[in-house]
Amino acid sequence: MAQIDLKNIAHSYAAAPSSEDDFALKKLDVSWQDGGAYALLGPSGCGKTTLLNIISGLLHPTQGAVLFDGADITPKPPEARNIAQVFQFPVIYDTMTVYQNLAFPLQNRKVPKRQIDVRVRRLADMLELSKYLSRKARDLSADEKQKISLGRGLIREDVAAILFDEPLTVIDPQLKWSLRSQLKRLHAEFNHTMIYVTHDQTEALTFADQVIVMSEGEIVQTASPQELFERPAHTFVGRFIGSPGMNVLPCAIDNTNVILAGHAINIGRNVTLPSDAERIELGVRPEFVKISTDENALPATVEAIEDAGRYRIARLRLHDLQLAVILPDGAALPSGTTGVIFDTENTHIYADGHLVERRA
Amino acid sequence: MQKTHDHKALWLVAPALLLVAFTAVIPLMTVVNYSVQDTFGNNQFFWVGAEWYREILRSDRFHAAFLRQIAFSATILAIEIPLGLAIALSMPKKGLGVSVCLVLMALPLLIPWNVVGTIWQIFARVDIGLLGHTLNGLGIDFNYTQNAGAAWATLIIMDVWHWTSLVVLLCYAGLVAIPPAYYQAARIDGASRWAVFRYIELPKMSRVLLIAVLLRFMDSFMIYTEPFVVTGGGPGNATTFLSVDLVKMAIGQFDLGPAAAMSVIYFLIVILVSWAFYTIMTREDFEPSGGAR
Repeated sequence: MAQIDLKNIAHSYAAAPSSEDDFALKKLDVSWQDGGAYALLGPSGCGKTTLLNIISGLLHPTQGAVLFDGADITPKPPEARNIAQVFQFPVIYDTMTVYQNLAFPLQNRKVPKRQIDVRVRRLADMLELSKYLSRKARDLSADEKQKISLGRGLIREDVAAILFDEPLTVIDPQLKWSLRSQLKRLHAEFNHTMIYVTHDQTEALTFADQVIVMSEGEIVQTASPQELFERPAHTFVGRFIGSPGMNVLPCAIDNTNVILAGHAINIGRNVTLPSDAERIELGVRPEFVKISTDENALPATVEAIEDAGRYRIARLRLHDLQLAVILPDGAALPSGTTGVIFDTENTHIYADGHLVERRA
Repeated sequence: MQKTHDHKALWLVAPALLLVAFTAVIPLMTVVNYSVQDTFGNNQFFWVGAEWYREILRSDRFHAAFLRQIAFSATILAIEIPLGLAIALSMPKKGLGVSVCLVLMALPLLIPWNVVGTIWQIFARVDIGLLGHTLNGLGIDFNYTQNAGAAWATLIIMDVWHWTSLVVLLCYAGLVAIPPAYYQAARIDGASRWAVFRYIELPKMSRVLLIAVLLRFMDSFMIYTEPFVVTGGGPGNATTFLSVDLVKMAIGQFDLGPAAAMSVIYFLIVILVSWAFYTIMTREDFEPSGGAR
């Protein structure tokens, strides 16, 4: 187990990168604390798998250094890095039994037979694979095969970190939940540093203590799930996380007032915009907007009501702006022209996409 | 589930069935017909039952040709399969090298059999052949028209030259179909190069290898053109393989009955051995789940 630091890492798949656009991963510094549970969250193609492969050594970064406990291991190949990785699709050794599959990483590292046996049986127990141990791995279902892949990632006790590359993509939804909680349990038990790549926010938010949100090769925000929800550092995070995502509405600032669609709203604090800000936006999550017929409510028209199962979403039109509102349980369904009130505490101002910090 | 019980599907299969009947089944039946009859010309046939079969199965000439055939097929399989695998493994996986290698590999396969025979017949000649002349110049007594060993060596090297590419191409196709994640996982798991071959590449190639073995076995077991062109079955009967012998009997001596009986036996042997290969190489798939306890 180790602390992992990425210093100044950038990566380009082009042989001779000439511009910023050639980089799949733009210059970044990250520190992963020993024993932490991290998620790398972002849409497809944002560079999260690239980042993961740089940590495991499958990719050599174009620039920068990878440090394990302060030691530079950038030139080392994966087998010399003491790292485990689980891939998106099940990778199993067809001709081996489940037992042999699980034991394989340990055998290659010359672990004594008796120790292997103890470890394999214990892990198989946790992953509910015990009854299959003597079966050929290829006879199992996709779910079980992926469990074997997970098992091979978790089998070594001494790894610096375990990397997961969207490991639950092929798993049935019901089983996803149980596997994810198993992973959390294993994390609590073995205290490995775990880095979990996913594009599924639910997966990231339920698994990790710290979520790193990526977009277009850059880290947009590193924060706890709660902070990502309450204070997105970037409109991208606001939109990407949440269902539906944050409402991001263009606005203007006039002293203490925010001018939105021709109406002034007091958000209860002063904001100081950076002098070169071009695009000013207001961000508020659908959870923090209330339907109200109060006289200082902003007039809005109901366009549609969607039923998302656990809650209902009202789609509103505010002058020429679209707004989503999550309706509280049991609330009367609004219709026609009504009004909305923003929870000022949870209303944020963004300049060119970035959160403008509040001032006391 | 409800099964439909009309026979519409039959009409869809019928054209193919008809074609196969005319190209394979009916000619085969003609042969079977000949194999149980004797004729003294004049288109008069007499029923002789299993007489020709008994004669062929007891004949030393057939035994000798059969053993030569087995030895030939076994030798070329023992060379071409490992060699083809090795070449496929060392071929580049991407870049310009891929197309260059593939074209080079495909070249021998594009040459007609009799041309291949002619090329090697000339190449190995003692008087004007580059190979034959050079070897003799080096003091090695190499003459495929007089020496059985030299004749065998020429035919085997020729077959290896001609057909190893097929094994290479099949294996290569199997190799490039392996997702990169397997190699990545193996590196993470700390697997050695041998383990990668043994546990990833070989299992993933088992299907194409089976096809390669079957094709090369059936083809080499029926080899005719090349020995006919290069050695004519000689020196003596040293390279008279089954099909060479069969043609001598059927067309040279015009012994239709025995030749037909031999054809049927020959056919059954090819099917039997192919089935044996198939069964052995796929036996793991037939294992009931959880059988290996």
